[in-house]
Amino acid sequence: MTATVSITLTVNGETVRAEVPPRMHLADFLRERLALTGTHIGCEHGVCGACTVRLDGEIVRGCLVLAVQANGMSVETVEGASDSGELQDLQDAFRERNALQCGYCTPGMLLTAQELLAKGGVPDRETIREHMSGNYCRCTGYQAIVDAVETTARNRAAARG
Amino acid sequence: MKASAFDYARPASVREALELLGRHGDAAKLIAGGQSLVPALNLRLLAPEILIDLGGLADLRGITVEGATVRIGAMTRHADLLGSPVIAEKLPLVAAAMPHIAHPAIRNRGTIGGNLAHADPASELPAVMQAIDAVIVVRDASGERRIAARDFFTGIYETALRDGEMIVAVEAPVAAKDERIFFHEFSRRSGDYAIVGLAARATGSGNALADLRLAYFSVGDKATLAERAAAVLGAGPVDATRLAAAQAALAEDLSPQDDQQASGSTRLHLSRVVLARAIAVLTGDASLAGRATA
Repeated sequence: MTATVSITLTVNGETVRAEVPPRMHLADFLRERLALTGTHIGCEHGVCGACTVRLDGEIVRGCLVLAVQANGMSVETVEGASDSGELQDLQDAFRERNALQCGYCTPGMLLTAQELLAKGGVPDRETIREHMSGNYCRCTGYQAIVDAVETTARNRAAARG
Repeated sequence: MKASAFDYARPASVREALELLGRHGDAAKLIAGGQSLVPALNLRLLAPEILIDLGGLADLRGITVEGATVRIGAMTRHADLLGSPVIAEKLPLVAAAMPHIAHPAIRNRGTIGGNLAHADPASELPAVMQAIDAVIVVRDASGERRIAARDFFTGIYETALRDGEMIVAVEAPVAAKDERIFFHEFSRRSGDYAIVGLAARATGSGNALADLRLAYFSVGDKATLAERAAAVLGAGPVDATRLAAAQAALAEDLSPQDDQQASGSTRLHLSRVVLARAIAVLTGDASLAGRATA
């Protein structure tokens, strides 16, 4: 049995202190300790992207970061990004375009797409596909997901004038 | 699956990291970005007793230019390299390879030092480092050692690193003004493991190639310089005949493996296909690109 480690981090704007075993990865920590179950666990070896969260503002695989490595850092999950309203138009576009069926991959898809959209401009479909290439969807095929991301990029560009 | 239990240490300096590594020996694993190590832990392919986290070693992160040399700290992330104007200008072959390395979320964590120490034969950077004649700078408690990239990779997940040593930096010569580069890999999904890949560079003009380096990856048990093929192509102006001879020579340069992705003979074929494309780009003679077989 190994010793637990004390960590302090910010999760969706709130300070969290916890004792964690070093082997616990960030996605398990968020789900099991903080009940933030919007972060999904698929493959647990970095292939599928369902566990995507933001660490200090950048997307990462939640299953490939240990909770102890996030000590002192800021984590945002789909719950935080959804509650802030940041994802609202993207979520609406996913629904309108049928870009989800079972929804398992959707939290990771949203956070990954949002990172590309936050760069501004209207990326072409190839750029969207390349950026989303690390996120698996096993229901819809990717056409509708790319549609939703592209639509959101256009709408945001139009809103910016 | 979940990783087996281990202890955790987060040293504040390279000296402290090396002291921990010396004390724990084989029971320890260094963790940099963790993008190859954590999957191996989760799959229980590895079960160290202690992880030594290099994430706090800020002095190992960063890109500097000293005269004609670019120095990249071991903890510099793929995302840092991809976004660096210095890398784009001074090491264009590295810049060309970066978008092929995994996916954005993984590039935000993965580091060059971790990648090279892991020595995955399907990984891009071990080939790129050999193509650009980089030096891997390693350190242990007694001092530093510099290892040419071509001597660093010794087999599947095996390197010239000795017990108690860690990578601290990579140094590479600034690309020549007339440097020409080529990078391509065949893979099933963008960002996935390559089935066959090639990082190539040359200088010279027109169809006369000088200092040609052809570094293959995911062909055999380590990234490999195809020296016989390069010698054939460097012996005079490149034409279809010389290219065909180089493609034939790849059978001696490379030891392609069979695995679930492709057979060895498929890999050898693809190695020849990508060579033709590389030579077309490097010479500027597009007619050579279609010369797919020896």
